[in-house]
Amino acid sequence: MTLLKSVLASATAVGLLVGAAHAEPALIFDLGGKFDKSFNEAAYHGAEKWKEETGGSYKELEMQSEAQREQALRRLAETGANPIVMTGFAFGEVLNKVAPDYPETKFVIIDMVVEQPNVQSNVFNEGEGSYLAGIMAAQASTSGTVGFIGGMDIPLIHKFECGYRQGFLAAKPDGKVIINYTGTTPAAWNDPVKGGELAKAQKAQGADVIYAAAGGTGIGVLQAAADEGVLSIGVDSNQNHLHPGKVLTSVVKRVDSAVYDAFTAGDAVEPGIKVWDVKSDGVIVAMDENNAPLVTPEMTAAVDEAKAKIASGEIVVHDYMTDNTCPAD
Amino acid sequence: MDKMPKWADVVLTPLISLFLAFAISGLVILAIGESPWEALKTMVTGALGSSYGWGFTLYYATNFIFTGLAVAVAYHAAMFNIGGEGQAGLGGLGVAMVCLFIPWPHWSLALIAAMIGSALFGAAWAYIPAILQAKRGSHIVITTIMFNFIAAALLNWALVNWLRPIGSMDPASANFPASTHLPKITDMFAGFGIEWGKHTPANITFFVALLACLAVWLLIWRTRLGYEIRAFGKSESAARYAGISPTRITVIAMLISGGLAGMMAINNVMGEGERLILNNVEGAGFIGIAVALMGRNHPIGVLLAALLFGFLYQGGGELALWTSIPRELIIVIQALVILFTGALDNMVRMPLEAFFLSRRRRGTAERS
Repeated sequence: MTLLKSVLASATAVGLLVGAAHAEPALIFDLGGKFDKSFNEAAYHGAEKWKEETGGSYKELEMQSEAQREQALRRLAETGANPIVMTGFAFGEVLNKVAPDYPETKFVIIDMVVEQPNVQSNVFNEGEGSYLAGIMAAQASTSGTVGFIGGMDIPLIHKFECGYRQGFLAAKPDGKVIINYTGTTPAAWNDPVKGGELAKAQKAQGADVIYAAAGGTGIGVLQAAADEGVLSIGVDSNQNHLHPGKVLTSVVKRVDSAVYDAFTAGDAVEPGIKVWDVKSDGVIVAMDENNAPLVTPEMTAAVDEAKAKIASGEIVVHDYMTDNTCPAD
Repeated sequence: MDKMPKWADVVLTPLISLFLAFAISGLVILAIGESPWEALKTMVTGALGSSYGWGFTLYYATNFIFTGLAVAVAYHAAMFNIGGEGQAGLGGLGVAMVCLFIPWPHWSLALIAAMIGSALFGAAWAYIPAILQAKRGSHIVITTIMFNFIAAALLNWALVNWLRPIGSMDPASANFPASTHLPKITDMFAGFGIEWGKHTPANITFFVALLACLAVWLLIWRTRLGYEIRAFGKSESAARYAGISPTRITVIAMLISGGLAGMMAINNVMGEGERLILNNVEGAGFIGIAVALMGRNHPIGVLLAALLFGFLYQGGGELALWTSIPRELIIVIQALVILFTGALDNMVRMPLEAFFLSRRRRGTAERS
């Protein structure tokens, strides 16, 4: 008994020592804020999962203004946080400047490539996930017309739109995609009322499946689609549960996994580019009990086939970002 | 006859308002279970306690000086320009074009060109609401605020479709060439052998802003045009009777106002970002309204109010970064300051006036 106790005690002591030797990881949220129901929140869940499993603690910061980015990175690096994970492409330029000054610190950036020897860049192939959603939309649509509602009119969202259109048109070459963007200011990420209005307008034009890649605005799209009796597709995190039986699927970016993996690796984070795509299950179309009644066996077969072809390279989903054009135009 | 001495009007009233705002903020912080004293300490040391903190405070203050002066100039002509946000955004576009498309041999030339470019773009953006107001009577408050949205859309279009390097995810222009990088305050002080905290965004534009304060003072109180602007602002009919053209003054005042707002872009786009990003103004255009109101539309007042808001921004940022006080609360504190110094100004002023009036009455009664 006493032996066991002392063994346990020393084990704990060793554990503590190991814990102390490991620096605390840190997570920086972008201007959207921690609880944006989307991207930043997914990162938060990843960090919380790590915290729960390991019992460790981490530092977190929320950005307030553009000028703070550099300040936050430097101060975190100086306090010895390692690795420092940040969400969002807006950190790219600043990180490129700051990373060389702290060669001992590992940085992890999500949604952007920064080529520095101590930076891990996590990029998601949203186009491929959206392609799968397009295939599902083509199967689910009876009118042959589907809709896409983007948040702010920026390249990243065009990437979603382009993949979705390619997938849909591959399955239904004579189909039609109606495209709307909510706005041109950051407010477009959080305007559920306008999202709902756009969804109703798209329904009036014949769309019966509507894909919302619009952050908080998407909540309004999903709501209006459910009210109007058409299907919707969620984005970023699994939103199937918001309206069970009304949301066809959600295109999920595993931002949580990216953060979780980085935290787990600690200061041994592998620098370089880490691609999260359909092949690595980094972008998925969510299937759960909420959308099970909507997903037909043919749909599953079509998605699985497309997945296999994307993984093998037989289907190449064109990335809008490479040349700012979409072959589906 | 003045109801109270000038010093009480200019110094005492804002100070008491400020004190009340901080007192209530303290109560709010207490209510969420944090220590107001610690919070204040974090804010003060974070913003003013080191040259590093000052580097940020001055950077924010520079933005607010420009937008505050913009509002103040329009206000002297009795116009409420709330389009500073859009004008500053367009000014950024002007700066980006100057820096990206013309090869500059030295930053000083680039700075002068950027001043002209940003002022031209900002002024052009203010020109349309001004002409609509002068010729058609479309209210400037409505048109300028609508123009903020059009400016955001235009900027978005320009960045996404035109200035963004291919393959970049970020809706932002390419980096400006090194020859257009403005000297930071750190570098300038190093030249005099004084050490200033590294990596702060404050740059030479702060001194441009000080010059702008002087220029606005000269314009409003020492030139014929300034006299006309003030006369028009006090009474349009009297100004018209005196032969001042309302159309001309409306347009000129708004052009100057828009130009000043646009010049803010030298600080944030050229000085700090060294590239044009989508979210570059970050609400400074609206803060300018509070700064001008608090500064009583006088350049020195604007300068002091801008420093105060710079302190609130940087101190608030520190608070959000390094304590568990949520960032939404920082906005509450800033809002309280605006509320007390701007909207609830009379709440402090009236009792003060009554106090000074009663003292003066007593004084005259004793003498007689």
